Amino acid sequence: MRTSVLGFLGAFAFAFAGATGTHAQSPKRGGTLQFAISAETPHYDCHGSDTYATLHFSGPFYSTLLKFNLDKYPEVMGDLAQSWTVAPDLMTYTFKLHPGVKFHDGTPLTSADVKATYDRLRNPPSGVVSTRQATFGDIGTIETPDANTVVFKMKAVNAAMLEHFASPWNCIYSAKDLAADPNAPKTKINGTGPFIFVEHVKGSHVSGKKNESYFKPGLPYLDGFKGVFMLQAAAMLNALQGGQVLGEFRGISPAERDRLVQAMGDKIRIEESSWTLNLLIVFNVEKKPFDDVRVRKALLMAIDRWGGSQGLSKISTLRSVGGVIRPGSPYATPEAELVKLPGFSKDINASRAEAKRLLAEAGVRDLKFTLHNRNLAMPYTPAGIFLVDQWRQIGVTVDHKQFDTAPYLATMNAGNHEVAIDFSNLFMDEPSLGLAKYVSFKRAPENRSRVNDEELDKLYDAQVRELDANKRKDIIKTFEKRLFEQAYQQPLLWWHRIVPTHKVVMGWKMSPSHNLGADLGEVWLNQ
Amino acid sequence: MLRYTLNRLLQMIPTLIGVAVLVFFMLRVVPGDVVEVKLRGDGGAVSQEMIDMERKRLGLDKPLLNQFGDWMIGLATLDLGKSMWTDRPVTEEIGTRLELSLQVAIMATIIAVLIAVPLGTTAALMRDTWVDYLTRVITIGGLSIPSFWFGMLIMLGLLYFFGWLPPITFTPLYVDPVANLTQLIWPALAVGYRYCAVTARMIRSSLLEVLSEDYIRTARAKGVFERLVVSRHALRNALLPAITVIGLEFTFLIGGLVVTEQVFNLNGIGKLFVQSVSRNDFTLIQGMVMLIAVFYVFTNLVIDLLYAVFDPRIRYG
Repeated sequence: MRTSVLGFLGAFAFAFAGATGTHAQSPKRGGTLQFAISAETPHYDCHGSDTYATLHFSGPFYSTLLKFNLDKYPEVMGDLAQSWTVAPDLMTYTFKLHPGVKFHDGTPLTSADVKATYDRLRNPPSGVVSTRQATFGDIGTIETPDANTVVFKMKAVNAAMLEHFASPWNCIYSAKDLAADPNAPKTKINGTGPFIFVEHVKGSHVSGKKNESYFKPGLPYLDGFKGVFMLQAAAMLNALQGGQVLGEFRGISPAERDRLVQAMGDKIRIEESSWTLNLLIVFNVEKKPFDDVRVRKALLMAIDRWGGSQGLSKISTLRSVGGVIRPGSPYATPEAELVKLPGFSKDINASRAEAKRLLAEAGVRDLKFTLHNRNLAMPYTPAGIFLVDQWRQIGVTVDHKQFDTAPYLATMNAGNHEVAIDFSNLFMDEPSLGLAKYVSFKRAPENRSRVNDEELDKLYDAQVRELDANKRKDIIKTFEKRLFEQAYQQPLLWWHRIVPTHKVVMGWKMSPSHNLGADLGEVWLNQ
Repeated sequence: MLRYTLNRLLQMIPTLIGVAVLVFFMLRVVPGDVVEVKLRGDGGAVSQEMIDMERKRLGLDKPLLNQFGDWMIGLATLDLGKSMWTDRPVTEEIGTRLELSLQVAIMATIIAVLIAVPLGTTAALMRDTWVDYLTRVITIGGLSIPSFWFGMLIMLGLLYFFGWLPPITFTPLYVDPVANLTQLIWPALAVGYRYCAVTARMIRSSLLEVLSEDYIRTARAKGVFERLVVSRHALRNALLPAITVIGLEFTFLIGGLVVTEQVFNLNGIGKLFVQSVSRNDFTLIQGMVMLIAVFYVFTNLVIDLLYAVFDPRIRYG
């Protein structure tokens, strides 16, 4: 049964635009890669973080049990795990670890370290933050029959368990370090990754040197790396253009891409992909008139996503029209079916006429409300302006207010918003992650519509436990249809990832998530 | 003088307490806290229990007055606490950046004073000539052009004409003076230009005022050389208001180069300030505000003491 899910995913594995073509050349050894990181991590602990800033910082120092094979995304491959088996009933996962792996402090890695890591992830000790506690809630016990074998026994079937084991956030820590101080990984780095921590100058940079004892023969190619924190886009673009940094691996805007291409010509490589991020339109169902499905639906139907996509993609990182699953990914709803759902019609005039009729039927005239938005230029501001204009076209007046992150989140968490632009930030396309934001508010506080809908909850749970890929896809479609018919919240547009690197940077692999591929183990410099 | 200085130092205490009270309560007016930003700012699906646990650990669950009490006790014992964002001591976070910010401020001050004094003096002495008009163009340009934009022009100019940019990471002066100056001269120039413009305008106007005083006329009537009239009698008095401007500008540069530091990717206090505010890192913001307040009150004291040096009529006692 499990094979069919993997086969289904494998069938959708795709190559990304602008592939590097690095396989044609033999990698060269040596050199130090200097790259930009557009944010600085608050601490080093992968388990307690949700920001890419932690991964771009800590990723090169750590290994995970499995990881995504970016040549065949979303397939998974072994990292510390040399091999693994999954019981037919999906209730037992057995991993054999690479022998001879050592932490950077020289101590050998054993199955006890993997167990200590996953125990910390699923059941963090008091005072330790694990943002993945719920993700690993289905694990019952972890056994270590010998030093190189780890066995996970499940409490319940989880269709996405292998993908969760490949999450880049599950950095494997030393059991010895965790026993001494469960919060040690926040301030101390001791991994088994391709690079050894050298220094972190706060506000400036992080650097690492080659791990000569890395367990993957011949890797890494680089002698070291230096990640420079560059928070201002203009400074980062100048540094890229001047060759002070050779890449930025999160993503830049189309305008920034155009500037680099114009200035640097064939010295710069641009790789593009759709992105596992989207902006959401969220209606607070506790506020009138947004407790009326007709009002919510009318507002969604007034939005010309297809036209907006063309315009917004020129000036912002927003691009793809899609439902609850990233368009182009294995479980996404095809365009032909998507256009039949509320808010996705290509006949915008008919759609807006229906929107006006729904508002009239709901008895709402001269509707005015505040659109609560985040004070980030890219892409929140253009998205907000776009929505104000779209709703103006059905006679709705919108006051667009943008806030810094803390008050933006606080207002939504307190339920003080009417309509908001929220966001969904995923590290992979697994539906149980993507759909989690839409289940009932009592289960998911990150559901800013604050709705409790048991039907959606049932569908969510059913797809998590469903092992047949096609049946699971059907359940997800039913979930999506219910969500959009009730119009609690809906993706506005999905983001588009654009990554610039100098052409001398080889071996780095593009993916739909900026959280993947941060270990730099296979990166080399062609100079 | 000593008694006056001691008095002024004691007067600083209520001023700084006032600043501490103000910054503490003003920060709490804005909704949201650092825990929300840290654990949910990137879309993390973190349980409310985890959020509450983190708030408790940082003391954010305590009543406001208790938090205020902790802050004031910390201040009294010179303990600024830990950054709520990084869990590292506030003094460490500030200390890492202070060297760079101080150096840029000192370099900008040197550039500004070295250019502004001759420029302002010449403009005053050659009033309504082409030299004065040219000085006016230069100084009004400096006042009108934002430092960060001038900085961006400098960077783009270096990139376009020389295909070169200054280093992007800081090297202390004592480690490698060349690398250090190669990085910091450009932001110092960018902010020094505006600083110089303000100071030169101030020197020009106060020198013109002083030059029309009776004692200047008397000195000239006594046959004192014009150079001595200007340097010993006029400029010394005309510099008094300029000293105030120089002192206040210097202090402003330590924490106020918010955008300029980002343009040059400088790891300074200004950038840290902006980051802390966007993260609601209360303890770090409070620490930095106190640092800058201390700089301001000390600079004011130094300015007042310098008044006595430049103007013999002023005596403190």
